[in-house]
Amino acid sequence: MGVTMDPLILTPAAGKGRPEKLRSIYPAGVAAKLQVIDLNFYYGKVQALQAISLDIAANRITALIGPSGCGKSTFLRSLNRMYETVRHARPEGQILLDGQNALDMEVSQLRRRVGMVFQKSNPFPKSIFDNVAYGLRVNGWKGRGTLREAVERSLVRAALWDEVKDKLHKSAYALSGGQQQRLCIARALAVDPEVLLLDEPCSALDPIATAKIEELLFDLKRQCTIVIVTHNMQQAARVANDTGFFLLGRLIEFNRTEMIFKTPARRETEDYITGRFG
Amino acid sequence: MNYRTVWRKSVNAVMFSLTGLCTLLTVCILFFILGYLVWHGGRAINWDFFTKLPKPVGETGGGMANAIVGSAKLLLLATLTGVPVGFMGGVYLAEFGGKTFSFLVRYMTDLLNGVPSIVMGIFAYTMVVLPMKHFSTLAGGLALGVMMIPIAVRSTEEFLRTVPVTLREGALALGASKWKAIATVVIPAAFRGILTGIVLDLARVAGETAPLLFTAFNNRFWSPGWDQPTASLPVMIFTYAIAPYEDWHRQAWAAGLVLLGLVLLTNITARVVLARKLSSVAG
Amino acid sequence: MASTTVVVEGAPRPGRARAFLLRLRSGDEVAHLITLVFASAIFLITVLLVFELYRNSALAREKFGWNFLVTRTWDPVFEDFGALPFVFGTVVTSAVGLLIAIPLGVGAAIFLAEMAPARISDALAFLIELLAAVPSVIYGLLAIFTLVPLLRTVVQPFLKKTLGFLPLFQGPNYGVGLLAAGIILAIMIVPFIVSISREVLMAVPVEQREAALALGATRWESTWKVVVPYARAGILGSIFLAMARALGETMAVTMVIGNDPKITSSLFAPGYSIAAVIANEFTEATSDLYIHALIELGLVLFILTIILNGLARLLILATQRKGTAHP
Repeated sequence: MGVTMDPLILTPAAGKGRPEKLRSIYPAGVAAKLQVIDLNFYYGKVQALQAISLDIAANRITALIGPSGCGKSTFLRSLNRMYETVRHARPEGQILLDGQNALDMEVSQLRRRVGMVFQKSNPFPKSIFDNVAYGLRVNGWKGRGTLREAVERSLVRAALWDEVKDKLHKSAYALSGGQQQRLCIARALAVDPEVLLLDEPCSALDPIATAKIEELLFDLKRQCTIVIVTHNMQQAARVANDTGFFLLGRLIEFNRTEMIFKTPARRETEDYITGRFG
Repeated sequence: MNYRTVWRKSVNAVMFSLTGLCTLLTVCILFFILGYLVWHGGRAINWDFFTKLPKPVGETGGGMANAIVGSAKLLLLATLTGVPVGFMGGVYLAEFGGKTFSFLVRYMTDLLNGVPSIVMGIFAYTMVVLPMKHFSTLAGGLALGVMMIPIAVRSTEEFLRTVPVTLREGALALGASKWKAIATVVIPAAFRGILTGIVLDLARVAGETAPLLFTAFNNRFWSPGWDQPTASLPVMIFTYAIAPYEDWHRQAWAAGLVLLGLVLLTNITARVVLARKLSSVAG
Repeated sequence: MASTTVVVEGAPRPGRARAFLLRLRSGDEVAHLITLVFASAIFLITVLLVFELYRNSALAREKFGWNFLVTRTWDPVFEDFGALPFVFGTVVTSAVGLLIAIPLGVGAAIFLAEMAPARISDALAFLIELLAAVPSVIYGLLAIFTLVPLLRTVVQPFLKKTLGFLPLFQGPNYGVGLLAAGIILAIMIVPFIVSISREVLMAVPVEQREAALALGATRWESTWKVVVPYARAGILGSIFLAMARALGETMAVTMVIGNDPKITSSLFAPGYSIAAVIANEFTEATSDLYIHALIELGLVLFILTIILNGLARLLILATQRKGTAHP
């Protein structure tokens, strides 16, 4: 891990994506977990992302906000290369994980280190136990302790253990929506990812389930770096340390959350958070 | 209400009654078939039917034990040859297929599906019987196996496609490689549907007679191994039904009841399972 | 302003050969290869089938050429073979079958799609689909002992008395014959027409019906003048599919057609179909030419069914484009 924290790009220029000014927004000693440098993304001929450059700090929660279709999900999914299931999807630029080239490394390895939780919970049609154990089994479990212990650990981390410890063999579909989503988080955590990507994880959940998951994220960030895409600005304000605002495939502004919401530097950001569009 | 309206209203009533009659007629055919078979077949079925070999021509009595075992062997061979090919082909089309080759494979599968069963028998004859110089269970089993392929392919492909993308992505996001995701998540998720489709396929092929007429041919005795001609239920029904002996007719009814009973039971069970599966997809 | 100090430790970019080996190890390429092999097997089997049919009918094709299709004789003794009686028998029985099955099937489909409440419609459709699962030989078995006597004792005398002025209904009355085969074919293909037509009719958008009804049409008028024409292509497709099945139907037809390779004008007369003659005579064929002639018949049948199936598929595709076909 030989990367020291780069001064953060605050407001990418309207030009070709070269940083205009560099000003560190982080306290000293905070490391960059993920670095995105001049990322352009294409679906065939359509360009979905333009010259995105930002750093995602370790052990913090970074939120990505913006109106529908602004590219925040595309950006998130490029961090663990989920675009590879789509034909003609093509990134250009660099994504570095701890300084290593994420676009070139073995994709299973990358996805073990960068986990993902999806918008609608997608537990496998298997038992609760088998769901959580899936990542471990598929990657060849070589860790300490038994599989059962690892599954229990993950369920505890996902704050789901107490609710399911007596029914691990039951189908995952027997759980409620919120529980299923926490199961998916447990499943993602089982392989001990360094980064956890969440794509609007609470959009299908009620406020109580949402609160439970947000509480969870606070605990998780101590061991993990979290990037969360959300269309809910209040959620970003509640949960995230840093926030990035996307619009039409560009990163308009990226700063500490309180700065984005209290004193946004760009007019587009201000328009969005005051509800003038989106 | 003028004359024209009265006319139109009566046309309405008459036409819908007629169509209702058509429906009734069609459904009644099913009940007639079932009823008749249960009546005649039920009277003819006895323990001998399942345990004894056919008696020499002209003598009454005997059974179709060899035909039942023969059918079982043929279907086993058909499953072993047709299902893997069809299943893997379906997996290819659903998961790996390139554009042009997939189109060709699908077209060929449809072509194969449309081949009349007697022509399939000719194919097995030229491929197996001619080189071996005699009829065999192997030839019959292969003919039936090739007949199973198209529906196995279609069933597999369709049910694999119903597995939601998010399930696949979930597996991939955990670090599973493409083939692992398919083998450990996608195929198990689609499994029940695929299995049902294959069972229905088997039931259809179990009743086929034409492809066996000059491949497995017939046999009034036990047929050991796989390289001898063998009796089978459908062929026995055919042979006995067109023969002049009363006792053979009686046995044909019994065999018909057994065959139809198995086929219909399998169909009903499979369709019910399928309906339940489709309605319980949690996605 | 902090200075930039980035030390990038990137993994070395694998060469192309290494990349391939990596993928091979991960199993994806292997899986792709294995499934590709099986898919190719399907492709090859079909090609082989056509090839074998062609190759093993060579003697007959060479000897008779295109005349095969129009020769009326079928004489195994003098080795003069012609396909016409069988094509005739196949076409006539299929025509009779369709003549009976189309009104019956489309009528039932209309009732099930337009009139019957959903639950009843589903239940009845389920039962009718079970009819499609009944093996051909069982239809034959039943036909021999129920349909044929019925025709011989009741129906055919009746037709002779009432419509006997038509050559169709003249001649000796055996029970077995073209009419019997036609009727049993009708019963066998009706389920296909019903189930496909029903789905196609149900897929017609509700707005079409509502538009007709709002203009004052009766239910029947809306059905017959709006819904059915809209679904016309799909219904026609189902008819073609049924036709294709009728052509290839072997056992039931063999058991009641009478097995006489003659071309007559009477429906009461025994006839012969392509599938039936192959079924009956293949194992009795005494010479290579005989067998090749039978196989050439098989080839003819195969080509006919391909054409019909292809037409059916095009029609059903046309309805999908229009948006009225089944899912």
